Amino acid sequence: MNGKPLVSIVSAGLSKFGKLEGLYTREIFALAAKEAYDRCPKLDPKKDIKALFVGHMGESYEHQGHTGATVADWAGLLHVPATRTEAACASSGAGLRAGIYAVLSGLCDTVMVGGVEKMTHRSTAEVTEYLAMASDYPFEQWNGITFPGLFALMATAHMNAYGTTEKDLAMVAVKNHYHGSMNPKAQIQKEITLEQALSSRVVAWPLKLYDCSLITDGASCVIITKSELARKYTDTPVHIIGSGQASDTIGLYERESFTSLRAAKIAAKQAYEMAAVKPEDVDLAEVHDCFTIAEIIAYEDLGFCKPGEGAKLVESGETRLGGRIPVNTSGGLKSKGHPVGATGTAQAYEMYLQLTGQADKRQVKDAEIGLAHNLGGSGATAAVHVYRRA
Amino acid sequence: MSEQVPFTIEQFCKWASQGKMMGGKCKKCGKIQFPPRPLCDNCLSQEFEWTEIPTKGKLLTYTVIHVAPTQFQSIAPYAVGIVQFENGSKLPGMIKGVSLEQIKIGMPLTMQFEACATTGQWPQWPRYHFKPS
Repeated sequence: MNGKPLVSIVSAGLSKFGKLEGLYTREIFALAAKEAYDRCPKLDPKKDIKALFVGHMGESYEHQGHTGATVADWAGLLHVPATRTEAACASSGAGLRAGIYAVLSGLCDTVMVGGVEKMTHRSTAEVTEYLAMASDYPFEQWNGITFPGLFALMATAHMNAYGTTEKDLAMVAVKNHYHGSMNPKAQIQKEITLEQALSSRVVAWPLKLYDCSLITDGASCVIITKSELARKYTDTPVHIIGSGQASDTIGLYERESFTSLRAAKIAAKQAYEMAAVKPEDVDLAEVHDCFTIAEIIAYEDLGFCKPGEGAKLVESGETRLGGRIPVNTSGGLKSKGHPVGATGTAQAYEMYLQLTGQADKRQVKDAEIGLAHNLGGSGATAAVHVYRRA
Repeated sequence: MSEQVPFTIEQFCKWASQGKMMGGKCKKCGKIQFPPRPLCDNCLSQEFEWTEIPTKGKLLTYTVIHVAPTQFQSIAPYAVGIVQFENGSKLPGMIKGVSLEQIKIGMPLTMQFEACATTGQWPQWPRYHFKPS
């Protein structure tokens, strides 16, 4: 593929992230869709959008499955083929990959890919239980291992192998809250201190409250088209030049390593090769910081630093806005929020803003190449996409 | 240990309720599937024989769960870890019989079987945990 565009993003939308009281999943998705329609007046959604893929993890939250058709209707897109993609927290990252399949197959010129989750009306215990469904039921959930618990198992292993500290983890949270303070759609738009992060209550040792992403309502979407058609709809498309997706064992315990995610490394390799870019060519990244340790491991799996040096990279400030490779300028899952099904295409939305120069206060100067890394479960799914400014 | 016994998760539980950890050894490639599976992920064979997994091992990593799902709230905070048995097979489980502060990666642990102890909608599977050897 050699860096040629696979498909191009011609528009993108994102609802406010946070506690969206009084709104159903389908209504939240409509907010994101509407923004995408408004951003691209040359595109006629009813005529031009030929299919919808929507990432959505949990039908337990609203006792509502069949999300594809439901949100297609509320987004005004009947009677497109509408399919829900589910890969836990990588539901819309995998959906983006499915959308690329659809366009490259030649069956559809233009499709909408999005994601949505409505979570905040449920208690923390209920959300904890629903999220744990992304892990192994008979051997992990049954032994009382929660979702934060799985990443805590990785954190303990990383600390033991490389000397990573709780303070290093907290620095990821501080950085992402700083970025989130500049994102008007983030759930928490305020900075935090290292002391606050370190003194927050323990969720699953060594992970504390500020090491964990948020429980969030929100939706996201992008409209992708064949690259040769992109200029018909907009003067500022963003090209997707690399796509990778891989799977791994559902149970963390079955893996050889607990300090690296094999699926993420495989997906990254595929995406880099397709895009003909190297880690050092990446100007900015959105990585799946569902827990702070996940961002540190992502740096290593994506080749931004060597294995074991993730903590050093966050300490260096190079992943902060203004640094060599700003990571999670949106605030990440940590501060922007993590409506799980929406996260993959919310990362694509940030790429779209950054690579079209619309990220305002958090704009990365002269950004040309971006990368997004989306995980499902404890890494049983990983989707990595590489983006290029047109 | 008849080979007619299916190589399934349900059968894993039945063995556990008898106080045994059993895996399926692939007759074709020799890989031990633990927990057992009906299809070898390595060579795709369905031919296995039962093999007993040693219940002694060492702790590879652990965490202490403070925010627990409803079913486990009454015992939080509790430790869970991933243990590698002497034959190389791995399994997660709770760690009991040691204070939380004394748990260390690498410590020797032994599996203990117990009766099913949770209530509610969860399946009444047999339970096990790890304790210091």
